[in-house]
Amino acid sequence: MTLFWIGNAVLLLVVLPLVVHLLNGVLRAARSIVPTVEGIAATAAAGSKDLDAVPLLLTTQEQVTQTVAGIAGYGGSLDVILDDAGPA
Amino acid sequence: MSAAAAVLILGVLGIVLALVFFLVATILELRKIVAGLDEVIVHVGGIVEKSAPVNDVVTTINEQLDAGVAALEGLLVKKAGLSDAVGLVEGMYPGAAAAGLRDFPESTAIDPPRIGEVYTKGTLTLARLGREAPIAAASPGAGVLRNVEGGSWAARALYPSLRHESPGTLPRSPVIGADSPVQYEPHEDVPKRRKRFQSKHS
Repeated sequence: MTLFWIGNAVLLLVVLPLVVHLLNGVLRAARSIVPTVEGIAATAAAGSKDLDAVPLLLTTQEQVTQTVAGIAGYGGSLDVILDDAGPA
Repeated sequence: MSAAAAVLILGVLGIVLALVFFLVATILELRKIVAGLDEVIVHVGGIVEKSAPVNDVVTTINEQLDAGVAALEGLLVKKAGLSDAVGLVEGMYPGAAAAGLRDFPESTAIDPPRIGEVYTKGTLTLARLGREAPIAAASPGAGVLRNVEGGSWAARALYPSLRHESPGTLPRSPVIGADSPVQYEPHEDVPKRRKRFQSKHS
């Protein structure tokens, strides 16, 4: 009977507090992850929103193509109008 | 039931209750984490999807701008010659001759002539077109490229500095006459007054 009481004491004074302590640590760790994940989500949303203007690059590409074509025509005309440099 | 058995049951029951409470709370927090990560995955997927064509588009733009710059530089060298072309660039952007022309590596070794005294403003304006291309922003040595604040000054500096640039005290017009502070003796080369011959009046 004495050993039975000793076992009860160990269970109530050692095992139960240890279980509570370990589980509380797991819970605190899980709760600390939540704000971090929310911050990552907000950052990813902002990054995705910043890229909304990316399709405008297609317009830029078209404009550059037209500009270079205009420059090429302009240069071609100058090539006809102006004499070449003489031999150095 | 003995008292010891009752205490044992209470102890086990307390442990089970603690396990249930903390494990359920942990499960709820993990569900929040999963929901947040799902949201992250959605946004990251959007980023990947939106940025997918950027590389090709930017590469194409750079290739076209490179081609434009190469064509303009080639035209400039063809029409003005390599030495004068370097001088033109140097005239528009002082210090740019050190960087040289992109497609003409030998241009860095040329001592740039003072083109501003030879070519017209229109020619220099044409020369500027190739150096002000947006692609120049990615070139090394950006200091020698377009200077927005000093661009006008660089253009005006090509011409003789009279009153249009940093007007100072120019020499005043000389005072002439008998009371002038500086009296000049007649020069030997000045022909003397010819003798007048008597006219023949009949």
